[in-house]
Amino acid sequence: MNIAFFQGAFFLYFIGAGFCLAHLVTLRAMLARLGRGFLAGGLGVHTLAILLRVFESGRTPLANLHEALSFFAWATVAVYFLLYFKYRLEALGAFVSPVAVVMMVLAALFPKEIVPVEPVLNSFWLPIHVILAIIGNALFALGFAVALMYLLQERQIKSKRIGVFYRRLPALKILDDLNYRCLTWGFPFLTLGIITGSIWAQSAWGTYWSWDPKQTWSLITWFLYAALLHGRLTVGWRGRKAAIFAVAGFGFLVFTFLGVNLLLSGMHGFK
Amino acid sequence: MEIILIGLSHKTAPVEIREKFCLTKEGVGEFLGRMSGIPGVQEEIVLSTCNRLEILVVLDGKDNRISAVKTLLAETGQMKPEELASCLYVHEGEAAVRHFFRVASSLDSMVLGEPQILGQVKDAYGQAVGCKGTGLILNKLLHRAFFVAKRVRTETKIASQAVSVSFAAVELAKKILGELEDKRVLVIGAGEMSELAARHFLSQGVKEIFVANRTFSRALELAEELKGKAIPFGEIARHLHQMDIVLSSTGSSQYVVRREELAAVLKARKHRPMFFIDIAVPRDIDPRINEIDNVYVYDIDDLEGIVEANKEERKKEVVRAEGIIAEGVESFRQWLRGLEAVPTILALRGQAEEICRREVAKTLALLKDSSEEQRRLLDALANSIVNKILHHPISTLKRQEERGHGKAYTEVMRKMFHLDPEEEEERAGHE
Repeated sequence: MNIAFFQGAFFLYFIGAGFCLAHLVTLRAMLARLGRGFLAGGLGVHTLAILLRVFESGRTPLANLHEALSFFAWATVAVYFLLYFKYRLEALGAFVSPVAVVMMVLAALFPKEIVPVEPVLNSFWLPIHVILAIIGNALFALGFAVALMYLLQERQIKSKRIGVFYRRLPALKILDDLNYRCLTWGFPFLTLGIITGSIWAQSAWGTYWSWDPKQTWSLITWFLYAALLHGRLTVGWRGRKAAIFAVAGFGFLVFTFLGVNLLLSGMHGFK
Repeated sequence: MEIILIGLSHKTAPVEIREKFCLTKEGVGEFLGRMSGIPGVQEEIVLSTCNRLEILVVLDGKDNRISAVKTLLAETGQMKPEELASCLYVHEGEAAVRHFFRVASSLDSMVLGEPQILGQVKDAYGQAVGCKGTGLILNKLLHRAFFVAKRVRTETKIASQAVSVSFAAVELAKKILGELEDKRVLVIGAGEMSELAARHFLSQGVKEIFVANRTFSRALELAEELKGKAIPFGEIARHLHQMDIVLSSTGSSQYVVRREELAAVLKARKHRPMFFIDIAVPRDIDPRINEIDNVYVYDIDDLEGIVEANKEERKKEVVRAEGIIAEGVESFRQWLRGLEAVPTILALRGQAEEICRREVAKTLALLKDSSEEQRRLLDALANSIVNKILHHPISTLKRQEERGHGKAYTEVMRKMFHLDPEEEEERAGHE
């Protein structure tokens, strides 16, 4: 049953993303409203899908890649709405919703069966660790979308070729502020995610840190974002440099999230 | 019943004549009063701006009434009717509606897409309503005009692009720096060009304006006019780090701000973005400054380039705007036609028959084992109920049309029986 709801959410996100992109092209306000409506509908259905899965599996549904990606997409759309209500940037939807759709596509590709969690890993740290880490990831995903918008807009203004994006995208200052926000909110979540992860590791494997590939790559990602935060706070990094960093950081984050599981082996993998 | 538009504009009349018809509010009021005195004038609106005069009237029968309005116009402008005739245009029926929609949408304006005209049309309408000059037809026409103008503004880019260098500069500043309320502007060179641009920034509510000029007294003068501060020309570099926008137009043959100076400036302001607007020829701002992150330099050619591109864009948008206007004219024409009794009666009957057919079919589906005879009787029953109910509304409508009150009655009828579903949607959208 949860799968049907998951597919419903996928479908609604897809339509919503279509409307958001159509709005970016035509600038008709109606399309943006429709896009947000479908995304909100998708978020509602997706919430039900996740709750149903909790009910059907009797545990936190964050134990395999399908579940984690699905929750990642859910959190991304949820964070999008928080930011939308705070900043009212119409163009944001067209950049975030495709990211969410891609996550849903990936989530749909992985096996969706409910599998039992290994007893050794089954502790109350599981939901805490994964939820914190994924909320952090979602904030960085938003930061990534905003950074892309910044780079597009910056390119236009710097090169003095005022093209289609100039009018459609918000001011550089706003995009840069938003990028900074995503970083300052996302970083504590990522940090707590790593800390709770190592506490969980202690209780499950008896060691806080074992240089398992997932841990190593999360640490690299963490250092990258830490460097960006430090640069922003003390050296006055901002604008293009910070945006490029945020894009690169998200690249590492995606690799940590997916690549490590698919390409490298370790005891961390969702099985 | 005829809708007539009589007017003159920058396209037909030179400024000496236009200024005679640039009426005050009282002048318009008086004109409206005198016009409603002309027999046969049923509704009237007067729009008077410095670039145009538009008189929109609903007449019963046209010929001598048009000339009566023209005579009244000549009197108002203290001109001979023959002299005025060559400056006037007269549009009738659909052409009048189209012209008025184009005016309201700023397609007929001197500066294409300028935003003031819609407000002026609204004021003119308000005043005509105040004088009880408008009725069924013009109320509808004006609301339709507002709707069309709003669509043109939101669905095309006609009104959204800066077509002067100063506006383009302000727009860019906003795209780079966001809101301008907390921004500081430095004006280098107290010439006319920089003053004009500085005023644009001032009207956008920038926090503070600084003026630097080789002749310090002139800097003081301009600073006072702009309610800003003057700084000595030699101390520009010392103050540069506080400035978010630098506007330069000196006669200097060398760069006033060089790239080498910028490193320290940016460090002092923690690399917060800066926008240099260089409207001087030869240039004042080292163009290599544009290569630095978070700093943007636009010279006069760059700004002109944007203005040109925007103008081109606007022209392209005109085609789309005309399409929206054509739709507006068409739907107004349909509404007007609907005010005649015959189509309303047909629509009413059509609707009733449709309901009748549907309901009978529903009931018949329930009566499975009914005979042919029963079916026929049921059908006849439904039809005769419908006809009896419709009899009085329809005969009243016919009678009132003969007495000349047809339009008001058909309008009510159409609303009560919901004969124009799109109409309702548009109203909802408009309000």
